[in-house]
Amino acid sequence: MWELIRANKRNSIFLMVIMAVVLLLLGFVIGRAFFGPKGGFFGLMIATVIWIVLTLISFSSGDQILLSASRAKPVTHDVHPQLFNIVEEMKIAAALPAMPKIYIINDPAPNAFATGRNPESASVAVTAGLLGRLNRDELQGVIAHEISHILHRDILFVTLAGIMLGSIVLLSQVFLRGMFYSSLGGSRRRYSGGGKGGGQAQMIMLIVAIIAAILAPIMAYLLYYALSRQREYLADADAARLTRYPEGLASALEKISGDPSPQLASVNKVTAPMYIVNPFKKKGQMKLSDLTSTHPPISKRVRILRNMTHGASFKDYSRAFVAVTNTKSIIPPSAITKEEIELRQAQAGAEKQQRLQTQMRQVGDIMRKVNQFIFLTCACGLKLKIPPNFKGDQVQCPRCHRTHNIAEKQSKTKS
Amino acid sequence: MSGWIIAVILILLVPFLLILFVIGIYNSLVRLRNQVDNAWSQIDVQLKRRHDLIPNLVETAKGYMKHERETFEAITQARSQAMGARSVSESSKAEGALGEALSKFMLVVENYPDLKANQNFLAVQEELSSTENKIAFARQSYNDQVLAFNNKIQMFPSNIIAGMFSFGKRVFFEIELAAEREVPKVSF
Repeated sequence: MWELIRANKRNSIFLMVIMAVVLLLLGFVIGRAFFGPKGGFFGLMIATVIWIVLTLISFSSGDQILLSASRAKPVTHDVHPQLFNIVEEMKIAAALPAMPKIYIINDPAPNAFATGRNPESASVAVTAGLLGRLNRDELQGVIAHEISHILHRDILFVTLAGIMLGSIVLLSQVFLRGMFYSSLGGSRRRYSGGGKGGGQAQMIMLIVAIIAAILAPIMAYLLYYALSRQREYLADADAARLTRYPEGLASALEKISGDPSPQLASVNKVTAPMYIVNPFKKKGQMKLSDLTSTHPPISKRVRILRNMTHGASFKDYSRAFVAVTNTKSIIPPSAITKEEIELRQAQAGAEKQQRLQTQMRQVGDIMRKVNQFIFLTCACGLKLKIPPNFKGDQVQCPRCHRTHNIAEKQSKTKS
Repeated sequence: MSGWIIAVILILLVPFLLILFVIGIYNSLVRLRNQVDNAWSQIDVQLKRRHDLIPNLVETAKGYMKHERETFEAITQARSQAMGARSVSESSKAEGALGEALSKFMLVVENYPDLKANQNFLAVQEELSSTENKIAFARQSYNDQVLAFNNKIQMFPSNIIAGMFSFGKRVFFEIELAAEREVPKVSF
């Protein structure tokens, strides 16, 4: 376990250094192109300032920004006891130092992510759609995957690398736009004004800068995505180890990928790698997709998990990975220990097929609880759901016309 | 002249680095040992939680299951025995018996559809089955931590430091009763 975390840290540092170099070089080149030979240092300074400011922001409140950007709402134990229990189970299994905070996103698309700075202050967010679709074992698999991200320090990596990527994109965008507008507004005057030799060197510098500004973000994206794909596999491997039940996660992934609901509303290119499956629904596949996708193909992940028939250790995952993908194992050899880990039986029992409609109604109820609706059950069997901004103390049942006292119920639920 | 200075610096530096190295390994050994202890106390926390839930369970189910006095008695007795256990071996035996009594109870519940539809009972049942899971995961995590600790103690060079400060190997948690080996199923 520790070996894996250490290898992960090494990779993170490696990636951060490369991205930092790319960012600073980009700043230097752009500075030189814009402000002449002495401007290189100036550009470097600007790139550093952008990077430091964004990193400070993301360190102090990056998780809060991400959570509110994805419109996640913090919930208490009463809203969804099962979700709370499952997170606590996985927290115990992973021996995390503290219980992660739990959030629910009001969205029918099933998905989940984890964020935070370190395992002591992490958060897990799941969509209401996920809660409505999965049974207990499947939900456990998904939560185990997210807890593994916390355990592996992937959450910090995604935040920092995302910010770095953001700075690179920002810098090159500003430069390219600036170029575009200044060339519209008579750039000739500026560049033909200098000496002959200097002008030529300046032109070359300019071309270098344009190429760099176009290539740098692409490179950074590819690197970021490559590492985040690897992290997904590793989190899957650890989820299997923590739950001792790879089938739970496998069938959860299958259900999520086969889901017909529209794609997650609040998501962008940089936050996409956080989620358990790629939140973008595909429109027309390209051949390049293997390089540019944030997540490994779900079918592959499912097949690997289903191939783990002998045990739930990293060694078993590694073996299944090699068998399915025909490439070399993705788990660092130092992390593979000799321990044997047995698989366990399903806990959810024979699954009752619930109709989609009733499941979606449950999802609605979860969200109403999150939003502090009051629930009343009338004697005639009708369930009244009263919004928090409802004025008045009494409400009449629309079916049998009994009156219910809301204030009474409210004080009862609060005590 | 300068050769002398380098030699002196080296003589001072080598023990200094060695001490730093020893401190680092010692600290990681302590950290691992604390994790083992913490994992062990997690098991106790969850076992205690199970004891606390049982009166609640019995209270909710009693009204529906009028003819199952023996089952209830078996559970409450196993609970009081588990709570009164003094030694570790005694406690693990009693907890095993309690787990068995609970899984029997859950089999009996199958015959009472009214009870299975009761919201309060469903809530208690979710808490109980989650507690069973937590016990299992706490034991699993304890064994994971013991494995990491024992590995560290046996591997070079940390085994030397472990020997110097007498860090002893820890024993794995193994379930004595065959029945306990299967986590009681509290699911429907």
